[in-house]
Amino acid sequence: MFERPPVPTSVRRHRLLVAVATHSGLIACSIAFLAPFALIGLTALMTSRQALSPELWPHPFRPANFVDVFTQVPLLRYTANSLLYAGLGTLGVLVSSIPVAYALAKLRWRGRGVALVLVLATMMLPYQVTSISLYIMFVRLHWVGTLLPLIVPAFFGDAFSIFLLRQFFMTLPEEYLDSARVDGAGEFAVLRRVVVPLAKPAIAAVGLFNFMYAWNDFFAPLLYTVENPKAWTLAVGLSQFKTQYAVQWNLTMAATLLFMVPVVVLFLFAQRAFIEGVTLTGVKG
Amino acid sequence: MAPWLLGFTMFYLYPMAASLWFSFTNYDLLTQPRFVGLANYHFLFTRDPLLWQSVRNTAFIVAVGVPARVLFAIGTAMLLTRARRGAGLFRTIFYLPTLAPPVAATLAFVYLLNPATGPVDQLLRWLHLPAPLWFQDPTFAKPALVLLALWGIGDLMIIFLAGLLDVPRQLYEAADLEGANAWQRFRHVTMPMISPVILFAVIIGVIDGLQYFTQGFVAAVTAAGNAFGAGHSLDLGYPQDSTLFYSIWLYQQGFGYYHMGYAAAMAWLLFLATLAVTLLLLRTSTRWVHYQGGAR
Repeated sequence: MFERPPVPTSVRRHRLLVAVATHSGLIACSIAFLAPFALIGLTALMTSRQALSPELWPHPFRPANFVDVFTQVPLLRYTANSLLYAGLGTLGVLVSSIPVAYALAKLRWRGRGVALVLVLATMMLPYQVTSISLYIMFVRLHWVGTLLPLIVPAFFGDAFSIFLLRQFFMTLPEEYLDSARVDGAGEFAVLRRVVVPLAKPAIAAVGLFNFMYAWNDFFAPLLYTVENPKAWTLAVGLSQFKTQYAVQWNLTMAATLLFMVPVVVLFLFAQRAFIEGVTLTGVKG
Repeated sequence: MAPWLLGFTMFYLYPMAASLWFSFTNYDLLTQPRFVGLANYHFLFTRDPLLWQSVRNTAFIVAVGVPARVLFAIGTAMLLTRARRGAGLFRTIFYLPTLAPPVAATLAFVYLLNPATGPVDQLLRWLHLPAPLWFQDPTFAKPALVLLALWGIGDLMIIFLAGLLDVPRQLYEAADLEGANAWQRFRHVTMPMISPVILFAVIIGVIDGLQYFTQGFVAAVTAAGNAFGAGHSLDLGYPQDSTLFYSIWLYQQGFGYYHMGYAAAMAWLLFLATLAVTLLLLRTSTRWVHYQGGAR
């Protein structure tokens, strides 16, 4: 190592200016990203008449909106449906996808290459192509109007989750698995006792993704439950909100906020798993 | 393996084959499918005026929305790499909107961009700038949806951030020694190094854009409900079909009018278009995507 030469004043001034500009940009962007949340929150506390006025600050504050929204709309029922879809769906995807990902990553068998290509191909397929036949199938099963078409398919594996988990399982050192096998463990025991504990971060990320996906999903719940308001999830219920309560922006925003809060809280608790998961989907495999 | 194979057959293979068959039939769910040959495809290309409207709308979302999102994501990611302090906090703030469920985010934007009293137009008027009618105006409805897409930039930004942090520092130092200015460093170091990420982002963006559904659906229904009052349902495309995207028209044909055969034909056309565009992007990418250490 050698000593750095002293930095000339002009360069230092230039660096300071760049830092100031950068941070101004960061702060400006932060305001732009956060302002919608703030405005939603403020509107959720207004009276319905004030929400239609140009005022931005609630006067008077009306926290009762958060109570009213539960009495005016079956929000609890929507929430229960969303939780059922997201919870059971995530469970199903994990239970069914982990073994498949393991088989694709660590076991040698005929047709493995073909199976991997098929998994990738199903990731590319637009859901519109399958949704028509699936809809007809579920109509015949009399499942339309229930949550079953949303939950049952999850128990048969999800291509994206299989692929992500496989990518992670590939990185696990073979020696760990072999030492368990030498001890006489069958493949399912290896999977349960060695692979799953080692892959916890990846499994957490995949679980979070699936939960978020189902929580936010609109197309499938709309398709299968729109005729039966009792099976509506939050996404479907909220999308119908304005057609039923046209001018009540304050209640709409209160419901919107309640819909957003769980995912934001989940995120703040599991931020690291999220960010790692997003990065895992990117170019690095 | 077995459950997945069963699932694959039941939820992918059979539905694909069946929808291909339906696309050559006339099927309304009540009577048996009736074979009509290429009639659905013929109608699609020659007779359905709303189809081309929906193609134009979708093309707008892809052609404007995708580049805007990619550029904005690179911009915010670069800002984050330069932050001296609070990088983690800023990253969280920038990522937060991505978490908002699309339905919730769309509802919020219809309110924020409300022409008469919405905060955005108030701000624009205060700055003496023109205040568009946004979701009430056929010209501005799609730009409003692009704004909404820019708000939820987080996932892309994180991927670009990872890509930017992977660029070896020596390359920038070498560029500095050569006397490169900021733009030259970006153009000749950053851009080539993150070009694989750009390709990934563009492909994912185009595929998602071609299937654009939720935001367009919710925005139309909500804005129309706001304009006409409660109980006025099925305003897909409002205003004046400007938000009638391909997938929304497909949904309406299949699950609104129960034209299952026609909707199946539309779905297959979408699939083929997606494949074609993806292959085209991959093919042309060899010219501008730079892979570190040769082919990957």
